Amino acid sequence: MKQVILLGRGGQGAVTSSRVLAIAAYKDGKYSQAFPNFGVERMGAPVRSYCRIDGKFINLREQVYEAEYAIILDSTLLQSFHEKVTDTIIINSNKDSSEIKLDTKAKIKCVDITKVALEVIGKPFVNIAALGAFAAISEEVTLKGLEKAVEQQMGHKGPIVEKNLKAVEEVYKLAGGK
Amino acid sequence: MIFMSKKMVMSGSEAIAEAVKLCKPKVLPMYPITPSTLVPERLSDFVFNGELEAEMIHVESEHSAASALFGAYATGVRAFTASASNGIALMHEILPIISSARFPAVMSVANRTISGPINIWNDHSDAMSERDQGWIQFYCESSQEAFDTILMAYKLAEKENVSLPVMVCIDGFALSHVYEPLQIEDQKKVDSFLPAYKPENHLDPKNPKSFGPIAFPNSFFEFHEQEQVAMEEALKEIPKIHAEFKKEFGRKYGNGLIDLIDMKDAKYALIANGTSVGTARVVVEKLRSEGKKVGLIKLKTFRPFPAEEIRKACKNLKAVGIIDRHVSLGSEGAITLDVKSALKEEKCKVEGFISGLGGRDIDTKRLIKVFETLKKGEKGFWLK
Repeated sequence: MKQVILLGRGGQGAVTSSRVLAIAAYKDGKYSQAFPNFGVERMGAPVRSYCRIDGKFINLREQVYEAEYAIILDSTLLQSFHEKVTDTIIINSNKDSSEIKLDTKAKIKCVDITKVALEVIGKPFVNIAALGAFAAISEEVTLKGLEKAVEQQMGHKGPIVEKNLKAVEEVYKLAGGK
Repeated sequence: MIFMSKKMVMSGSEAIAEAVKLCKPKVLPMYPITPSTLVPERLSDFVFNGELEAEMIHVESEHSAASALFGAYATGVRAFTASASNGIALMHEILPIISSARFPAVMSVANRTISGPINIWNDHSDAMSERDQGWIQFYCESSQEAFDTILMAYKLAEKENVSLPVMVCIDGFALSHVYEPLQIEDQKKVDSFLPAYKPENHLDPKNPKSFGPIAFPNSFFEFHEQEQVAMEEALKEIPKIHAEFKKEFGRKYGNGLIDLIDMKDAKYALIANGTSVGTARVVVEKLRSEGKKVGLIKLKTFRPFPAEEIRKACKNLKAVGIIDRHVSLGSEGAITLDVKSALKEEKCKVEGFISGLGGRDIDTKRLIKVFETLKKGEKGFWLK
């Protein structure tokens, strides 16, 4: 089983993002589970959301204490990120990965998701786009699975869906996805 | 949200709303409360977009929601409400009025503790505080089980020999807000499993009847006695309905009362309900792989209490640990008390573990500690 921690700010869409990730994994033929940090979240405050992905139905219902992956949607939140990550931490940042100082044994990958979002969507909507980076780096979900998930989750929202799909693809390529 | 496919990724709350829609209730008195809010939200969507033909009543309190539920059933239609925590507490006065009128109402509860101090998180103190009010209580472990249990709840409630209301409980946040894959059944199959509700007794100007009359000391006792008989009937009906459900939809949860996991040669076991069962499954699998003879009893039905089933399941155990997400202050956990009563003539030791109060996690580490405690022959404790 693989666990993913998503960290963003209230209103940035980390909770939706984990849900789309769970749907994508399911569309790929895997089992998944997505849930927000249980609590009273506020606009602008740090918000955590989680996703579990496995080949079989997930019985585990405890909270996520450590994860294989983390996706940080806002790099100014790095100082409030303390969970143990064992594989890769993906950070939305225009810095080089080597410039990031984090006490972790995990690999660090910086991807400038905000830049892509501004170019493609015209607004800094990074929550869905960030999943493109996750697909490219982790290979836990496919780009195709993500596309189906975005369509299912946002299908009724009109032109923004196309833009998000394009942003997912661009970020996927930017993060080295083939 | 429009879902095209049948297999979906959905939260426990959405699963409940989908199931309720398929049961075609005619009246939905609703007063939203965290963490149950997503249930009325989705049902409201269904009514708005025409998927469900029902009257949604935006009542002014949970007391009114329960009262309107009573009123709806008095007119002879299927109805539904959802609540949690202090909302359930505010319904307290009306809950036994619904059950004594023998109305087969169904309500979902997104279990949340009862405030003092204020807390929005999960434990079972809301539903457990209503255990004596003549409502059948089911606890669910997954979104799929929440969906399936709603269908079975209406069927059971409407059985003539039962005619009692049912609470379908899902852990607040820990299930109400967890998205996972599940199968949504189609309307035709649900219609054949759950036929239209046609009660014999309801308000009708052409044939006037009265509901909720005063019962004097010469008859009140008998009202309660009949409810107790109905609860005993429910104990027999639940496995039957479960078998029917399995035949129709291919899924089952033990026999509907309890489910036994690795109990065959087990020496130590847990009894749990709700989502902690899932985590306990993982723990039992791990300990079994280390050669330890441990098992798990999932308590799906809490009221009526399946005492005989529990007795049989625990017969050959050295000790059983109860994961109680509730405490009767000044005494013990509600499940622990019932299990002790069921096992009074058995050798199996019963240890209660008060767990997960106000949203404290019940994780694998804590459950392993429970098994270690049982093995050492030590006493149960508050699993902080």
